[in-house]
Amino acid sequence: MRFLLRRLGFFVLTLWAAITLNFFIPRMMPGDPVSAMKARLSHGGHVVDVEQLRAMLQQFGFDPGKNIAQQYVEYLRNMVTGHWGVSIGGTLGAPVTKLIGQALPWTLGLVGVTTLLAFLLGTFVGIIAGWRRGGFLDSVLPPMFVVTSALPYFWVALLLIVLFANGPHALLPNDNNYDIGLTPAFTGPFIVNVLKHAVLPAATILITAIGGWILTMRNNMITTLGEDYVRMARAKGLSNRRVMMGYAARNAFLPNLSGFAMSLGFVIAGTILVEYVFNYPGLGHMFYSATISTDYPLLQALFLLVTLAVLICVLLCDFAVFLLDPRARAKG
Amino acid sequence: MTTLLVDPNVATNELPARRRGGLWRAVRGNRKAMVGAGLFLLFCLLAAFPHLFVPWQHGDPRDIGDIPLLHPSAAHWLGTTGLGQDVYAELIYSTRESLIIALVAGFGATILSVLIGVSAAYLGGVADDVLSALTDIFLVLPTFPLIIVLATFAGKGNLVVVIVVLVVTGWSYGARQMRAQGLSLRNRDFLTSAKVRGERRSYIIVMEMLPTMSSLIVANFLGAALYSVLTAAGLQFLGLGDPSSLSWGTMLYWAQNQGALASGFPAWALAPGLAVAALGVSFALLNYAFDEISNPALRPIRRSRVKRAHS
Repeated sequence: MRFLLRRLGFFVLTLWAAITLNFFIPRMMPGDPVSAMKARLSHGGHVVDVEQLRAMLQQFGFDPGKNIAQQYVEYLRNMVTGHWGVSIGGTLGAPVTKLIGQALPWTLGLVGVTTLLAFLLGTFVGIIAGWRRGGFLDSVLPPMFVVTSALPYFWVALLLIVLFANGPHALLPNDNNYDIGLTPAFTGPFIVNVLKHAVLPAATILITAIGGWILTMRNNMITTLGEDYVRMARAKGLSNRRVMMGYAARNAFLPNLSGFAMSLGFVIAGTILVEYVFNYPGLGHMFYSATISTDYPLLQALFLLVTLAVLICVLLCDFAVFLLDPRARAKG
Repeated sequence: MTTLLVDPNVATNELPARRRGGLWRAVRGNRKAMVGAGLFLLFCLLAAFPHLFVPWQHGDPRDIGDIPLLHPSAAHWLGTTGLGQDVYAELIYSTRESLIIALVAGFGATILSVLIGVSAAYLGGVADDVLSALTDIFLVLPTFPLIIVLATFAGKGNLVVVIVVLVVTGWSYGARQMRAQGLSLRNRDFLTSAKVRGERRSYIIVMEMLPTMSSLIVANFLGAALYSVLTAAGLQFLGLGDPSSLSWGTMLYWAQNQGALASGFPAWALAPGLAVAALGVSFALLNYAFDEISNPALRPIRRSRVKRAHS
């Protein structure tokens, strides 16, 4: 129980750190947000008056008149209660929560599913490669996946576009989540269209992500196979499959599971780049456009959300380790 | 992702290389290490003497050229950009900045992770708790979005900003490994004897502990350098670097901006990315090979060597 409580404490602490970073970064940067924003917003012809801006910034927690501790407390309260302010970028005035709500399902569907798939598939291949030491998989895979795991996401994306989605007779579409003009509905053609648009981004994530899992799992497997309990399982005459899955893989999987939670940061970096290249209207793409239009509230809300997502995954992995590993339970 | 290649469990039960000759022989005998080292050496040459590889290039490769949008030919091996710059010359000259970012940021991140990880392990107690919590927080915070947020507020980053940001966000994984390794060393006899001799703490850490951790430190540096190459290229590709700098990421940014792919110039759009990938691969191969050298269990099994001898 203590183990879980400690992890929960870590969850709260990190979330607090993220919110605090969010609060202080714009305030530490040089320049006054009101004038900077006025210059930017008045750029396109429509002039925004200072009072309007001030009101907008106030909603977002910027109030130069108040002292910083008071602002900070208010900001914390707003973040926790879901008052994340309104967008001040290209989608002026739209509530940030609504914008995120529109993009979230696409990213979850594309990146969430692909990442999980890469992890499970990679782990499985790694188990087999490590088990059949010196076999075909074991001699071919490691060098190959060292290479794929070092490829930049966006380059793989560009390469796939060149190969499959370039020119007038392209095999697959290279942007958006579905053809423009289609109305979203749960019909066969629409779902096929969505899947078609997801193939290349998903392949990009899969290609770059799977190598790391195969390699770490293979190495863990090899280390575990040298343990005495594996030898004992063999000596007891257990079936190969039983030794492989129940004795070696089960233990080798644990470090991989904690590694999975830690790697989500890389997944997010990949998401931003992949969605940018494929113009896929998910959170990553939104992050990019918020950067370009210096949409602070949206940017901060996205950062918070992403941190929250990673933390929840870390917590889930901790629970899983707790369930799978009797040693963690005994310690706790 | 690739920094995960160095498995903490593997790292803790390795033995340091005893003789320099032994390490060199191990590198020589490892095909992955040789390929990685060869690639790395090539990039060093490109960075140091770019003019040797493009002798016909006079002046800045960024200067606007005569004929824009040429397809690859004998005169322009990789074609020209929308502004008539020769893609091949730009590619060669860009090596320097990309390599500098990788090495400096990798070096900085490694130093930071050694400092924090080893101090946490050696000091123990409250200091350890605080430093470990800090490490874990940095490990979990999504760094790429954080970098983007920072770069947005700080204005478009020049080289120094990019490197500082990479160091600040890239140290945590290494620090965790350093701490684990440091903890396993803590109660060894040679450290106790140093303590009994009355050596200072700083002496014990620097002269007694660090040398035994050298292979982990090297692995860490390679991982951090790989992270820096990929992240810096990604940042510049998104337009968050200095758009007038000469680097692969910036080349990619302009290629993307001027629609290189859509208008049918795959060489222009893909070549800089291939260079990033090749540099990344060289670090990853070296890293993986070091893992194999320090942990013999991971080495390819003899069968492949027999096959190689016959072929």
